[in-house]
Amino acid sequence: MSKNTLYGIFDCELVLLAAVKEIRANKIEIKEVYSPFPVHGLDKALGLKETRMAITAFIYGCIGLSLAALMIYNIMIIDWPQNIGGKPNFTFYHNMPAFIPIMFECTVLFAAHLMSITYLIRNGLYPGGESDSPDARTTDDKFLMEIEVEGNVADVKAMLTKTGATEINEKDA
Amino acid sequence: MFTIDKKAKNFTMALMAIGLIALIFGFVSNPHGAWPALLFNTYFYIGIAVFGVFFVALQYVAEAGWSIVLKRVPEAIMAALPVFSLIMLFIMVASIMHWNHIYHWLHEGIMTVGHKDYDAIIAGKEAYLNASFFIIRTIIYLLGWNYFAKKLRALSVLEDKEGGTAIHFRGVSTSAWFMVFFAVTSAMASWDWIMSIDTHWFSTIFGWYIFAEWCAIGFTTVLLFTLYLKRKGHLQDVNENHIHDLGKWIFAFSLVWTYIWFSQFMLIWYANIPEEVTYFTARLEVENYKFLFWFSMIINFIAPIILLMSRDAKRNNGRLIFVGCIILLGHWLNSYLLVTPGTLGTHGHIGFTEVGIGLGFGGLLIYLVLNALTKEPLETKNHPFLDESKHLHT
Repeated sequence: MSKNTLYGIFDCELVLLAAVKEIRANKIEIKEVYSPFPVHGLDKALGLKETRMAITAFIYGCIGLSLAALMIYNIMIIDWPQNIGGKPNFTFYHNMPAFIPIMFECTVLFAAHLMSITYLIRNGLYPGGESDSPDARTTDDKFLMEIEVEGNVADVKAMLTKTGATEINEKDA
Repeated sequence: MFTIDKKAKNFTMALMAIGLIALIFGFVSNPHGAWPALLFNTYFYIGIAVFGVFFVALQYVAEAGWSIVLKRVPEAIMAALPVFSLIMLFIMVASIMHWNHIYHWLHEGIMTVGHKDYDAIIAGKEAYLNASFFIIRTIIYLLGWNYFAKKLRALSVLEDKEGGTAIHFRGVSTSAWFMVFFAVTSAMASWDWIMSIDTHWFSTIFGWYIFAEWCAIGFTTVLLFTLYLKRKGHLQDVNENHIHDLGKWIFAFSLVWTYIWFSQFMLIWYANIPEEVTYFTARLEVENYKFLFWFSMIINFIAPIILLMSRDAKRNNGRLIFVGCIILLGHWLNSYLLVTPGTLGTHGHIGFTEVGIGLGFGGLLIYLVLNALTKEPLETKNHPFLDESKHLHT
């Protein structure tokens, strides 16, 4: 049996959201939804797994914090202790208050940058990456729902029309 | 309609009884130590009460929709403001009448050239720190805050009765005026009531420090009352998304508080100028406060950052209640450290008077808030953002 891919085009994100819920309630699997902007609640409606971005952010923050501590320990205590305003400079913990801003900034810097880079790589948005949206209008004002159908295409088409798709395109596998 | 059940009533009455006994005990056994205890507890609870006004005004000026389903809670917290204002006013009147010795700069002769207690630095502050201007300022803050509290509550009740957006926009403009007034007066109140205890010392970030503390304890109080009402079967429109948002606020303001705490500490530690470091030596070099000083800072910072960082934690009621209690305790200890070292020096300690008054005022606050909650239906209607609030999802 051949596998067909259907593209339902929607004009409005609220219609799309309702359509996603109804289509999933009818046991039809949605492969992907393309949208020009993030739609609130769509991830939940699609039943996507929760993002693991927060875990990566925590790991990156820890890396930043430890690197900053190592760096400042090496610079200010081991390599070249300096007498700044008579502050204790032979032990790390005595001079700790002066190092906290550096460690804080490095934590933020690492977490923010590495998170952005992770996000871009994970979404294939690196230089030379190709768009996998089947319809360029999804970067403008249309929403696209991609459904892979094995078998009765007409039923799914009817379903899409019923839930408010303004246009249905078909691609043979 | 919400009614106070017998258990809650007995509980608050018991707390208030403990408070009354502690007050009498304190003033009979050691009045010199009881006044600072009264002041820091009043400061703590008036902060929660005035935060109620700030919360309501903030939602208006930000045109925020998420909080509307629980807006009766901060409104009820405002109801505690008049009572704590009167107590605060009483302490301030007592100070200028020399019934107590909280404020060193009110000492007789300290600003008179040639007097044996003459202090040139304090005399230089006479234009601002003098008894009559001081009490006038206190009256202005308290009257202003109470006026806005009354007005915002009245508008909210009127909106439920009449509806329409005209009342809402009156609320927006009232709140905007309150924001301007509160921005100045919250900082000035913190200088007058707290910072002037250590008269020689000053910190330009102090107003923010106090404001951040009030916000941290205020959001925690709003959250705890909301969870209590939900457990009692009210506020059914409040779901885990609203609780999550309140949790975010508590997390955020705990970190803001720590940030300001550390900013204040580090600049003074690093510069090491004698007239500035006195504030911290009075806390770090004295055995009574040394441990509490670090302890209060660490629990106010570590508890929220470890226990509230993840999304799931902010949606877990048990976790939120646990952290909320830690934060309230931590900031209560911090309030103690704001007042006591400057007034009692090495003689300060946390005893029955301090804890008892704290519990008593807590009971008073809970009673006043619960009482205010019975006055109007907890489910609001007619607010333009009500529907948005009901469909909040984060």
